[in-house]
Amino acid sequence: MQASLFLSLSSSPAISISYPVNRPFPTGIHPPGLRFRSLRREALGFFAPKPAGSCGFSQFVSPRNVFNNTVAAVRDNGSTAKGFDYDLVIIGAGVGGHGAAMHAVENGLKTAIIEGDVIGGTCVNRGCVPSKALLAVSGRIHELQSEDHLKSMGLQVSNHSYDRQSVADHANNLASKIRSNLTNSLKALGVDILTGVGTIVGTQKVKYGKIGFSDKEVTARNILIATGSVPFVPSGIEVDGKTVFTSDQALKLEWVPEWIAIIGSGYIGLEFSDVYTALGSEVTFVEALDQLIPGFDPEIGKLAQRILINSRKIDFHTGVFAKKITPARDGKPVQIELIDAKTKEPKDTLEVDAALIATGRAPFTKGLGLENININTQRGFIPVDERMQVIDTEGNPVPHLYCIGDANGKMMLAHAASAQGISVIENICGKDTVLNHLSIPAACFTHPEISMVGLTEPLAREKAEKEGFEVRVTKTSFKSNTKALAENEAEGLAKLIYRPDNGEILGVHIIGLHAADLIHEASNAIAMGTRIQDIKFAVHAHPTLSEVLDELFKSAKVSEGVINYEPVAV
Amino acid sequence: MEAFYATSSSFAASGKPHLSFSSSLSSSLPALPRHRLLRRRSPARIPAVRAKIREIIMPTLSSTMTEGKIVSWIKSEGDRLSKGDSVVVVESDKADMDVEIFYDGILAAIVVPEGESAPVGAPIGLLAETDDEIALAKAKAHDFSQSQSSPVSPPPPSPVVDAPAPSSPHVASVQAEGPRKLVSTPHAKKLAKQHRVDISTVVGTGPYGRITPADVEAAAGIQPKTPASVAPSSPPPASKGAGTAASAEKSISGFSATSLPPPIPGSTVVTFTAMQAAVAKNMVGSLSVPTFRVGYPVITNGLDALYEKVKSKGVTMTVLLAKAASLALAQHPVVNACCKDEKNFSYNSSINIAIAVAIDGGLITPVLQDADKLDIYLLSQKWKELVKKARSKQLQPDEYNSGTFTLSNLGMFGVDRFDAILPPGQGAIMAVGASKPTVVPGADGFFTIKNKMMVNVTADHRIIYGADLAAFLQTFSKIIENPDSLTL
Repeated sequence: MQASLFLSLSSSPAISISYPVNRPFPTGIHPPGLRFRSLRREALGFFAPKPAGSCGFSQFVSPRNVFNNTVAAVRDNGSTAKGFDYDLVIIGAGVGGHGAAMHAVENGLKTAIIEGDVIGGTCVNRGCVPSKALLAVSGRIHELQSEDHLKSMGLQVSNHSYDRQSVADHANNLASKIRSNLTNSLKALGVDILTGVGTIVGTQKVKYGKIGFSDKEVTARNILIATGSVPFVPSGIEVDGKTVFTSDQALKLEWVPEWIAIIGSGYIGLEFSDVYTALGSEVTFVEALDQLIPGFDPEIGKLAQRILINSRKIDFHTGVFAKKITPARDGKPVQIELIDAKTKEPKDTLEVDAALIATGRAPFTKGLGLENININTQRGFIPVDERMQVIDTEGNPVPHLYCIGDANGKMMLAHAASAQGISVIENICGKDTVLNHLSIPAACFTHPEISMVGLTEPLAREKAEKEGFEVRVTKTSFKSNTKALAENEAEGLAKLIYRPDNGEILGVHIIGLHAADLIHEASNAIAMGTRIQDIKFAVHAHPTLSEVLDELFKSAKVSEGVINYEPVAV
Repeated sequence: MEAFYATSSSFAASGKPHLSFSSSLSSSLPALPRHRLLRRRSPARIPAVRAKIREIIMPTLSSTMTEGKIVSWIKSEGDRLSKGDSVVVVESDKADMDVEIFYDGILAAIVVPEGESAPVGAPIGLLAETDDEIALAKAKAHDFSQSQSSPVSPPPPSPVVDAPAPSSPHVASVQAEGPRKLVSTPHAKKLAKQHRVDISTVVGTGPYGRITPADVEAAAGIQPKTPASVAPSSPPPASKGAGTAASAEKSISGFSATSLPPPIPGSTVVTFTAMQAAVAKNMVGSLSVPTFRVGYPVITNGLDALYEKVKSKGVTMTVLLAKAASLALAQHPVVNACCKDEKNFSYNSSINIAIAVAIDGGLITPVLQDADKLDIYLLSQKWKELVKKARSKQLQPDEYNSGTFTLSNLGMFGVDRFDAILPPGQGAIMAVGASKPTVVPGADGFFTIKNKMMVNVTADHRIIYGADLAAFLQTFSKIIENPDSLTL
């Protein structure tokens, strides 16, 4: 993925050259949607043209076709699209679909959203949102449990306990609240919510309704697939929803096992280990890779293991697959058969009270009718180009069909889906944009939190090798931050990966107090193309945790006038 | 930050310690914050060591560092190390750093265990070159640790080890399914390592015969109630919700090591909530007070009539009873007194009626303060607020523990009489039953049907005697029968 930075510095022709294959529309052909506005809006649009780029977000390339940027924010759903029922039909009302719908209405598109389950999708109902409620509880319990920590601040807590049902209710109530907020915002904008499962029956045509009875049909100038994902359960694992379960059931917190095995030590597994250890469970991680916490910068992962795993009631097995998991029954506990990930030889059998399957998520794209329009999914994922336009079996973009979020697998994060959705709307409205995924932050809400944006150090070095530039790394510790010390939460590290020759930020990784909130200074800098030599002069309030990043940027050495250290001979 | 550093006698002899950085994959050294550049290390002291066994010493990680704490040993005793491996994480006054080894060899002995500190330059571990030297190194380590009075045992099983553990006859006897493999929980393994307990000798008493943290603590001779300082404080055992077969059969590990009889199969152990714990403490505390009970029938027709009149104004029966009790208490201050020890007792200056209410399975006593002084409408208003606060768990301490007399009413359930336990710190508690139509012989010889309510007061006989209580109840009865004074 090219950085937007590069694109924004380029002129239109340069863009065309960069992406000749994936241009959705040849220049000069009007993208759909805007031609069918009512006269009134066109007039409005004529007198109050939206300034170029004002609709775009920082990570988007500025629009190339001012002609089409006609309308300032329109606060109701668009008028009837001529020849079509809608300008845009979105399949799936998760965070991605919701974000796209909001932006579509703002751009004057008549929009409908099809949802067969509940508004809000995975994030709101079975993911980020309820898990944050549980993590809010676990954070406080971890605080109460660390007696030494409290004592050093002069606090004494004699007793603490929790009520499982109330904790579970807190998570459930939060999900309902956010769900109704989302639903209301869609309704307030006048987005038509069509209930049922959506199936694409042909170009610009969608059927929807109950599974097997999808009898209603709508036509749409553009179709946006945003069907998201479901927990991935490897074969051999029997999920009974009681003792062997996925995050879907775990978030309901129907019971707290004394000993739970978590299969997969990615961010889902890590967050649940934070919750379960706080609630008194002991945890055993089963990780197929040789290192725990894969996907994170290795150095951050190592520190995370020390803080979040080694110091808690957690042990782990790495380099092993859970070949077979049998739920507890007939007076026997949950049985987990482990085999070596490489040799496939049997290694061990675990007996635990429960197993949480956190081995990732699989796209939910079945029943979309993709076969009707000549599209092959790849392991279930819908192939898209960098403008999120769906690619058919011949490798050509399918006109009027887009896919965002977990269903395309580019970056399985709620806010990434939403950003992709917004970029699709921008493109539909003729404002050519490419989302820079390297500017999208990610966070893991353990205690302390972990966050990241951009490349990890190994990836940055790989890229540097290929493209022939130098990479440097600098780090700051929370131990030298006043606010972190005041909070007595000085464990943590921030790491900056950058190019010393031009000051470009390649990646920032943080583990420490409120890392998830701290990352945005870095992600915004990447999105805006801010260089280290500029951002290092930005002022941070003292004393705040943000000074961790301040110190990080200040400690970076951008080439001009800097003497290279000779590496010490080893 | 990943400053890897290690030295050995022969290495340090050069007097110039070498550093390397984990992130130095490119040809240039990554820029590091200045305070972590570790260049100001003083040369390590060189203890006299026999050849081939190298000491791993506590490095100087910052200019101000005088001692370091071992955060964790990345490698275990017996592990074969290659040059460049990180072996230990050391915490200095500024940061945690991985320490790297510069020689191939075997980690023969850990001299300073995790969580302990050592001065800069002191040996923290020993590196043997070949297997033959391990014994020698261990003996040496023993010398070191004896001088520090910190015994070193054979390498404890690592929690990471996933090789099948040897079967244990003890465990087999617990489960009738024949020989079983040894299962120990993650925390049990950590505790065993920490307390140097050979886990294969521990008898598991947990579910399915597994070794629980309590088993290890028992084996290490530690009282389960005083967890070791390094161990995190024991979390509340998980409360069990929707029971599954697995959850229902479990006992809480913290209890399994005590002498209590084993739980009946299928039972669920639930830890007290804070409220339940407080109730239990109060109830046990009540056993030290000598109490007695006096019952009294009260005719409530007058009160019932009044209630019908004021009901629409939001006045509840509870408030009327509280008001009546407070007026009676005003005439019998001794019943409103309390006795803290056997030497003296105190008359309370205000009459605060605590009223027991069941809320969400718990029991709490919101207090109507100065119930004798406020009118029933104000009291009703206050009562509503208190109940609302109690439901949302927002009662302030003085709103539930400032009572001088408690009222408990089970009449609404049809209970005709009952006996209340006197809460410590109060003189008396009144238990009110249901008011029921009863045949009552009148003074004129005719039978009439009146609503009769049984009231039973439990009091502290150290300060309140039978006659006091009888007089109080008589006054209370009169107020109820002629309730005009309630509305004054």
